[in-house]
Amino acid sequence: MKCSDFLQELTNYLDGVLDETTKTELENHLSWCHNCYVVCDTTKKTIQIYRDSLPYELPDDLRTRLRSAIMSKCQQQKKRGPQSV
Amino acid sequence: MSAIENKLVGPVSEELALVQAAKRGDDSAFEELVRRYDRNVFRIAQHITQNREDAEDVVQEAFLKAYGNLAQFQEQSKFYTWLVRIAVNEALMKLRRRRPERTVSLDEEIKTEDDSLPREIADWSPNPEQQYNQSELREILSKTIQGLPPGFRTVFVLRDVEGLSTEETAAALELSVPAVKSRLLRARLQLRERLGRYFQKRESGDGNQ
Repeated sequence: MKCSDFLQELTNYLDGVLDETTKTELENHLSWCHNCYVVCDTTKKTIQIYRDSLPYELPDDLRTRLRSAIMSKCQQQKKRGPQSV
Repeated sequence: MSAIENKLVGPVSEELALVQAAKRGDDSAFEELVRRYDRNVFRIAQHITQNREDAEDVVQEAFLKAYGNLAQFQEQSKFYTWLVRIAVNEALMKLRRRRPERTVSLDEEIKTEDDSLPREIADWSPNPEQQYNQSELREILSKTIQGLPPGFRTVFVLRDVEGLSTEETAAALELSVPAVKSRLLRARLQLRERLGRYFQKRESGDGNQ
């Protein structure tokens, strides 16, 4: 496997959807190609950091306010009868 | 290296029961759907619009649209995927209004495959996120993801942050599966490269020799 082949398969590899043969070839490539190993490892860390950080949490008070606004607008819509929104 | 696990978003049959009840006019069932997905919609909207007020509007508008169009919802697909599609469209519309000088669409910046080939290979510190405090880290992550074109950012957020499957992401964005995969790869590589500026191993010694 060449470095460009590795890159083609990187997303499938990280998502765990590679067939066994390709996965073995890819892991064999990673065992000797330091650059690809680093790219793979740091890409995985990138995903993990974003996934763990969840930077945009909805605060409870805002959440409650939004939900009651949504529900009251839904009621109004219902009263007005079916229409396109 | 093992594959990265995806989060699951609630049991589908329970979701379907709520949707069917809401279709029959049970507003408490719809409210439960709001409760179930409001945080996700808010995160997706804020990632796309990069603006909190817009994200709040998107949450309201997306649920209101879903409510008004519930009768049209085909139950073969997941309600959440359908809701995400509505929310993404609302968020992109906000972005267009805010940046009228730029055309914002999911199809922009589709160039050749090799423009995202890694140029910067340097390794990172073992626990790079621990070099920064929580608010510094949030700032870095937010600034970094803002640099991606909206089309890449949206795919990354749905797939990697929200944990939708490739197929669900494709359905929510009305893209093909290969298009989602190609954008995801490029988004991941671009983010990796940009984060590298903050997380790279420092070559200078720190007095431990």
